[in-house]
Amino acid sequence: MWEKRPVLLLILATAAILVGTVVTMVLPFVWVNTEADRIASVTPYTPLQQEGRDLYIREGCNNCHTQTVRPLVTEVLRYGDYSKSGEFVYDRPFLWGSKRTGPDLARLGGKYPDSWHYKHMDSPRSMVPRTNMPDYAWMKTNLLDPEMVRRKMQVLGFPYTEEQIKALVGKNEIDALVAYLQKLGSDIPWRVATQATMVGELKNPFVRDHQAMEEGREIYKKNCASCHGEHLDGDIAPPLNGLTQTDAALFETLYNGLPAGGMPGFASLGASKIWQVVSYLKYHDHEKGQH
Amino acid sequence: MEKPEYNQAIVRSFVNWSIVWGLVAVLVGVIVSFQMIYPDLNFPPYLTFGRLRPLHTNAGIYGWGVGTIFALFLYIVQRLCKTGLWSNKLASFQLWFFNATIIAAAVTLLLGYTTSKEYHELEWPIDVMVVVLWVAFAINIIMTIIKRKEEQMYISLWYMMAAIVGVAILYLVNAAAVPVSLFKSYSAYAGTNDANVHWWFGHNAVAMALTAPPLAMFYYFLPKSTGVPIYSHRLSIISFWSLIFMYLWTGAHHLLWTPVPDWIQTLAMAFSVMLIAPSWGSVINGYLSMNGQWQQMKENYLVKFLILGITFYGLQTLQGPMQAIRTFSAFIHYTDWIPGHIHMGTLGWVSLIAFAGIYFLVPRIYGREVYSIPLANLHFWLVVVGQLIYSVSLWVAGVMQAGMWNAVNADGSLTYTFMETMVEMYPYWWARAVGGVIYLAGVLVFIYNIWMSVRKGQPATATATATAAAGSAGRA
Repeated sequence: MWEKRPVLLLILATAAILVGTVVTMVLPFVWVNTEADRIASVTPYTPLQQEGRDLYIREGCNNCHTQTVRPLVTEVLRYGDYSKSGEFVYDRPFLWGSKRTGPDLARLGGKYPDSWHYKHMDSPRSMVPRTNMPDYAWMKTNLLDPEMVRRKMQVLGFPYTEEQIKALVGKNEIDALVAYLQKLGSDIPWRVATQATMVGELKNPFVRDHQAMEEGREIYKKNCASCHGEHLDGDIAPPLNGLTQTDAALFETLYNGLPAGGMPGFASLGASKIWQVVSYLKYHDHEKGQH
Repeated sequence: MEKPEYNQAIVRSFVNWSIVWGLVAVLVGVIVSFQMIYPDLNFPPYLTFGRLRPLHTNAGIYGWGVGTIFALFLYIVQRLCKTGLWSNKLASFQLWFFNATIIAAAVTLLLGYTTSKEYHELEWPIDVMVVVLWVAFAINIIMTIIKRKEEQMYISLWYMMAAIVGVAILYLVNAAAVPVSLFKSYSAYAGTNDANVHWWFGHNAVAMALTAPPLAMFYYFLPKSTGVPIYSHRLSIISFWSLIFMYLWTGAHHLLWTPVPDWIQTLAMAFSVMLIAPSWGSVINGYLSMNGQWQQMKENYLVKFLILGITFYGLQTLQGPMQAIRTFSAFIHYTDWIPGHIHMGTLGWVSLIAFAGIYFLVPRIYGREVYSIPLANLHFWLVVVGQLIYSVSLWVAGVMQAGMWNAVNADGSLTYTFMETMVEMYPYWWARAVGGVIYLAGVLVFIYNIWMSVRKGQPATATATATAAAGSAGRA
């Protein structure tokens, strides 16, 4: 009968479409973004951060970077604590993405110092040699529009102060973007929670082991050189020649990082590789360039 | 019987313009595929990967996909209803407004005006244009159906009407936003809610724009091309209703393992697997319609496009549900496998059906026979081979990438850093780019063939014009 009555067909088709829609799209509003998944320490974006977020959107960063860490072992190891619903309540729109051409950024905040981001945005390949990320140095020449940002804060209903708006004067787009990136995923104290406590005596299994130092040098080149310099003479991070710490202390720093100083932890490399780097840093003759 | 006055001119214009936007989509696709290999090919601010990739997807979905929907539906609806369009003026308005919308979309995307929501990037003024456009289209189609001269509505008309309603609901709900300025707005939903609404849209846009309409075309053009009716009317009824009912539950399979509530994810997973049945209902109906006619695979190039198209649809609707299963999603999601999957659907399924429809229309809208069937065959092989190179290389890449992301050492640490996994992708991205270039070559052959048909094709035979007048495409 409906095959001969178009209006009836339209009504029936609409009804068929609405069932799944109501159950899986409308109904969840009852549970999501309510008191139940609220996290007290999660705060709205500041004017500078919000503007950075809008620039992230404008440049389509979400085409290559996701922002959600799944509760899977290797994912948590690689990126940090898995994402919680309450962390996203101020995100309009959501930026979870669908493709990781580059790494996930949900836990990027606080991983690197600002100076790393400035250099990286200028020329990603100067920090990560074989990356395919384009340069964004051009954004430094664009200054922010404080009045526009004020309007955005008003539409979003986020708190802001006159000082914050005034502080935007003279700031460029990269300033905003970096402020946003440093906020990502850092509203909950997951870095502290995942710090490992070293128990027992830490003993370097590779003291003066040439093979290990050679491997340590390769690992250093890939993971450390962009900040500490290829020849350990320092760059945006301090020089590492002439280290005096014990092997165990160095191991702990490499393993956990120095969150306050903006150094990421390298626990995911595993103990063995970290000891190789320790050996390279401490026992390789960096002046003569030989082990 | 008096011959109805069909509006051929509007169909012809929509065909021409959708081909233009299709070429843009494929060309930009090839450009961004090379940008992924050579970052120096980014030319800021307008021509960076982050801005061009949405242009590629929007030109593909809205320019080529929706453009061919407009073209072929406006043709099919007149034939199946044995009457001209309800309003030729509205159809003319729809044509220029369609092009205005696509141009506005392209310009604003390059300027960086974007909502960032995948496949719904257009900012609110362009959203308004899309809504006006769709309403104009919907009114014309529905009113034409209402004033039809053929009582029975053929299968294609059901899919057409479901698509019209479906796209309208999806687009309006997901577009809800609060404007800040002419080209900036904030989503009406936040965080997890926004994600869930968006992928309800995102997945069902695939259902209502890239599944139901090509099915409507397939059910029309297959019997028209072979001269025999669809195998089972009953099977088409079951497939239709179960398809449009089940699709809407599955959006959250794009959000498995994210903070979206678990029960929504589980429902999405279950319904995705169940969707195999209605999808394959159409595949099987297509195959069985070829009973006793399989020699046409050799003799009739249109059948080759249509049957390979429905075959890619069948493969797509098996691979999709597989990806929607939690354990497999944990492994493969976010890798290069995913663009491999979607391009089998868009390049394989949707485009092959649209190509067949356009070839079928050539004698009817240009009054000329297709210029060269060997060239049509060359077109066929170039696009099929190009798409397969594209998809297969990215599937292999995705599995390798996932394997490396998940590799752990004996002490529980990760075997590879992210960059160690990324650099392994370059050879596969090369293969993908090569596949894209071959596909582009196929599209150029197609355009040349159509161009030459218009200029030098034999005048259309009487049979073509006669079949053109016959309204109902095979009834069983």
